[in-house]
Amino acid sequence: MSKIVVYVEQNEGKPSTASLEALGAAHATGSEVVAALSGPGAEAAAGGLGAHGAAHAVVVPAEQHSPDQVARDLASIVTDQGAKAFVATATSTSRDVAPRVAAHLDCALFSDCTKLEASGDSFQVSRPMLAGKLVSEQKTNGPVLCATLRRNVFNPVTTDGTCEVATADSSGPGKVVLSKIEAKPGGKLDVSEAPVVVSGGRGLKEPENFKLIEDLADAFGNAAVGASRAVVDLGWRPHGEQVGQTGKTVSPQLYVAVCISGAIQHLAGMKTSKVIVAINKDADAPIFKIADYGIVGDAHEVVPALTEAVKAIRAQG
Amino acid sequence: MKIVACIKRVPVTETQPKIDASGTAMESSGVEHMLSFYDELGVEEALVTKEKHGGEVTVLTLGPKEASKEVRECLAKGADQGVILADADWNQRDCRATAKALAAKIGELGADLVFTGWVATDRDNAAVGPMVATYLDYACVTNVIELSIDGTTGTAKRESEAGIETYTFSLPAVITCQKGLNEPRRAGLKGIMAAKKKAVEEVPFEEVANQAEVVGLSLPPARSEGRIVGEGADAVPALIEALRNEAQVL
Repeated sequence: MSKIVVYVEQNEGKPSTASLEALGAAHATGSEVVAALSGPGAEAAAGGLGAHGAAHAVVVPAEQHSPDQVARDLASIVTDQGAKAFVATATSTSRDVAPRVAAHLDCALFSDCTKLEASGDSFQVSRPMLAGKLVSEQKTNGPVLCATLRRNVFNPVTTDGTCEVATADSSGPGKVVLSKIEAKPGGKLDVSEAPVVVSGGRGLKEPENFKLIEDLADAFGNAAVGASRAVVDLGWRPHGEQVGQTGKTVSPQLYVAVCISGAIQHLAGMKTSKVIVAINKDADAPIFKIADYGIVGDAHEVVPALTEAVKAIRAQG
Repeated sequence: MKIVACIKRVPVTETQPKIDASGTAMESSGVEHMLSFYDELGVEEALVTKEKHGGEVTVLTLGPKEASKEVRECLAKGADQGVILADADWNQRDCRATAKALAAKIGELGADLVFTGWVATDRDNAAVGPMVATYLDYACVTNVIELSIDGTTGTAKRESEAGIETYTFSLPAVITCQKGLNEPRRAGLKGIMAAKKKAVEEVPFEEVANQAEVVGLSLPPARSEGRIVGEGADAVPALIEALRNEAQVL
């Protein structure tokens, strides 16, 4: 059986949900899964991973996060384990680390994959290109398949296994050191990881009208606010909220597009959402061609009504 | 300071791709190209850094000879010279081969700072910048939205799921650029005229074999056509009903 090393991000002893998805994906290939963790709390986080598909865990103690240090340590673990694959989730943190691991192993990297399959020692992945306008099936002729896996595509597993936790020495300090994190206000969800995204476009006319979008997102409770390129370019919203080819690619359970006409570059960033709702006063807007459900109407009337309805449902529990 | 801006020629954002007869590559005829959006941010940051700290900016690309168009665009904005690692198969080159070729040239140039986009908008792989840094043993901060360089050290901010992270590092370094870092300038007529006289060196790409092999390429499944549930606020109950019972996402 071939081995897969999975980089598991953790925070204060708690593994990230995104990384549990990657563990689930690795487990589903039938390979032996080795979880690799780093940083303060890594040991505590490693203990419970047997219940999520890991057969072993290797912990590298580190006081501060340094992506190049983590990468070098992960590459050593992959080599020591004789693993045929290295995978991580496709969060900002893991996408920072994974290319460096690949280079240490002198291997190609396959980023943001939506499929991971194994037959024996050989792995195959699918990955979107051109912001999802093409899907490419790829394999590697290199010694180790290195890949990151898109969020919200793979499912975590719950097993009754336990995993042995071993500790490895770190190769020493990195060149790049994290010195500070300014947390998002109020623990707001990032648009790329929220299960529900409510996005607004230029059709809202004024930046102040984004209040409608924020209120609807708040009503869902688990939603993030997104924005079209046009409104980000106008300076109405921060860059981090932009969805589309030159912004973030999202695949939430529910995507609500308000006053967004549906330019190709926006559609590319959200077309893989499970359910798409469009609210627009122009019945001919291209967004309606890809939306599952549409309401033709003025956002000032429709969105507050929708917000109240969602609140009422949530109040029922 | 020796500054290198790595750029890539990519299909224009509006491209609706078709698959060629081989079934594993994108049909190249009729496709228009542009400088990858995020690389434009890299070029801008290279120029800003040169203006603040002195030095010269070399624009480096692995691409076809035709990439001289994108390289000249950067020279017109103020970069000093261009280097094209000429590769007829540039479109098929994987991230490892690309990073190794770029790293070899950057090492030869003895760059103190390397700027590039966090991702190229064709492959969406976001691998080459940090791979170049790893091959060269340079520091690297990815997805940078704020940068300051002070002598031989630097501070960079990037956005992660956790919030805004601040990293410290020493030069030499590779910085991959994210939207928010700067607003790229436009080339003026004077710059465009001056660019014609600047040197663009063409160096043959020294073959590094691909590891990544494309075994199939497809267009994503079209979404099945949805429906308009109604008009105005009166349609909200029908939408809620559909989301709860049909789509089961509420």
